[in-house]
Amino acid sequence: MAIFVNDQTKVLVQGITGSAGSFHAGQMLAYGTQVVGGVTPGKGGTRFENKVPVFDTVSKAVQETGAEASVIYVPPPFAADAILEAVDAGVKLIVTITEGIPVLDMVRVKRAMAGSGARLIGPNCPGVITPGSGEGSKGGCKIGIMPGHIHRKGSIGIVSRSGTLTYEAVHQVTQLGWGQSTAVGIGGDPVNGTDFIDCLREFEADPETSAIIMIGEIGGNAEELAAAYAKEHVTKPMVGFIAGRTAPPGKRMGHAGAIISGGQGSAEDKIAAMESAGIRVSPTPAELGLTLKALLAERGVKP
Amino acid sequence: MKIHEYQGKEVFRRYGVPTPRGIVVTSPNEAEAAAKELGTPVVVVKSQVHAGGRGKGTFTDSDGGRGVRIAKSPQEARDFAEAMLGKTLVTIQTGPEGAKVNTVYVEEGLDIGRELYLGVTLDRESSRVTIMASTEGGMEIEEVAAEHPEKILKAQIDPAVGFQAYQGRELAFGLGLEGATINKFVKFCAALSKVYDETDASLVEINPLVITKGGDVIALDAKVDFDDNALFRHQDLQAYRDPLEEDPREREAKAFDLAYISLTGNIGCMVNGAGLAMATMDIIQHCGGMPANFLDVGGGADQKKVTAAFKLILADPAVKAVFVNIFGGIMKCDVIAEGVIAAAKEVGLQVPLVVRLEGTNVELGRKIFAESGMNILTADTMLDGAQKAVAAAGGN
Repeated sequence: MAIFVNDQTKVLVQGITGSAGSFHAGQMLAYGTQVVGGVTPGKGGTRFENKVPVFDTVSKAVQETGAEASVIYVPPPFAADAILEAVDAGVKLIVTITEGIPVLDMVRVKRAMAGSGARLIGPNCPGVITPGSGEGSKGGCKIGIMPGHIHRKGSIGIVSRSGTLTYEAVHQVTQLGWGQSTAVGIGGDPVNGTDFIDCLREFEADPETSAIIMIGEIGGNAEELAAAYAKEHVTKPMVGFIAGRTAPPGKRMGHAGAIISGGQGSAEDKIAAMESAGIRVSPTPAELGLTLKALLAERGVKP
Repeated sequence: MKIHEYQGKEVFRRYGVPTPRGIVVTSPNEAEAAAKELGTPVVVVKSQVHAGGRGKGTFTDSDGGRGVRIAKSPQEARDFAEAMLGKTLVTIQTGPEGAKVNTVYVEEGLDIGRELYLGVTLDRESSRVTIMASTEGGMEIEEVAAEHPEKILKAQIDPAVGFQAYQGRELAFGLGLEGATINKFVKFCAALSKVYDETDASLVEINPLVITKGGDVIALDAKVDFDDNALFRHQDLQAYRDPLEEDPREREAKAFDLAYISLTGNIGCMVNGAGLAMATMDIIQHCGGMPANFLDVGGGADQKKVTAAFKLILADPAVKAVFVNIFGGIMKCDVIAEGVIAAAKEVGLQVPLVVRLEGTNVELGRKIFAESGMNILTADTMLDGAQKAVAAAGGN
């Protein structure tokens, strides 16, 4: 059953005729994701790759296709509008890949979404994937820009603020001969939708998930809050990693949210919080898989 | 984007946030004339650099004066400006290398009654813009937060309705303000939250905020940072960019849409993805080395970007080895390999190059490196690559 998405999830692509949107829509289709429609204002009535219908509005697309999820590839100035359009159309899961959305746009979007029942993943994230059992994990549900073929269907839940570090974790798990239940990139922006705690709650409740890898980075205190939550509510074995131990304070390290400021957000604090919550912290990003293997052996948990 | 204090005050005035009268100068003569024009018994002569702690900062090549000084005559204003302009100011925020002062701001003196702190920034936990106020004006807010968190008063702004007057009153009474000053403070907060909202700021900080003996509320300082992601809708604010305040390599990187940050070590790094780029710095240090930079070439790097990235890394004379760490996702490893080789040939690589490739088309990528005839050290894992890079750079 995994979390958030499965092979039955019907997905819309907002911005399907743009360069990023069309490329990744093609990749998602090839993977086996149920891409049931696309949205580009003014291109309604056409078809993407001669099969996927394109609509002018999200609400029309939802009415016609029954889509419950949407992925957004529209440029930053228009992304907040695209998210709110999806919320208003009743889309339940909105995955926003776009990097570079103004922070105050997201502050307003988050306020507007409160109470709507819709879940936002991202922005500035690789997306969410539940691997399938086909070759290169095909046949699952890939919503986003991650390379599908490095995944494998399995029981390790992965949640991360970083794209390529998620791929590292996924790859190392696959190399062990294991696989992932679901991998979620929650994004590198200071204001995002789904957070670590949402994912931990879902992974803990998911019978198909046996253990969890959580990858954080400097900036904010989401990792500290997640560690405190895990201490009380997560029984499954957890491996952690925090990127940016050597980052200088006051400098934004690529991601808009990766900055140590106002005495908050250092890697040391986050690592200490994880360790005190019983999360096994990997000494380097190269040892995530091995750390997990050792922890599962100790705890007698089968992946 | 950071801006200077005098620019921050220009923005303040546009929104009706009270500031002292002041004049921007770039020469001692202008400073003297400015002091005469302001006509107050004292004027404040303030170095303009993009760093806090100027009042306590000292110059590396001057008479021992501080970065902010009070002049009792136009002649003194002139002398102080002379001791600042063209000199290097070292503050708690500049690091030991300091920052060169190119501009000085001469401001009228005020009859200061109380000094407070007022800041507006994003509270990440609640995803709301938050006003912070404290009676401890002039102190670093981080210190206050660590030692006396109860002395920081907060008001979270609901984006649906914006700042409300009652929030200003709560802060005002909490700060112990009285009489007509209370309403002046509420209006001040309302104007300041409008500045934050309408300019897409990421930080607006006034330290100290002054209550004059006459009960007026005035921004004695102004620190304003803008959200880089929102600058596209603020053409007017882009004019405030001061290229002299930016690291030249960081500025060049921006032109190629690369995220680059100069660091103090000797191993140049080229990585795709911000998280992996940070983790690469960490693993180099874990292996006993020091990274020379943070560099994220991004997910969609092409050969042009890779070449630009290589040139940036090699332009740093401290670099003794280069570590390329790539996890090819959508971006294929063979494309990266071709790009790295072309770039290395073009720029004439003089230092050891360690490459770790993983992900899409990794075998093809490794083959291209092996057959390139170049002296490239390949690594099987990130750890192996970091160890090789540290050794190649001559250990720690």
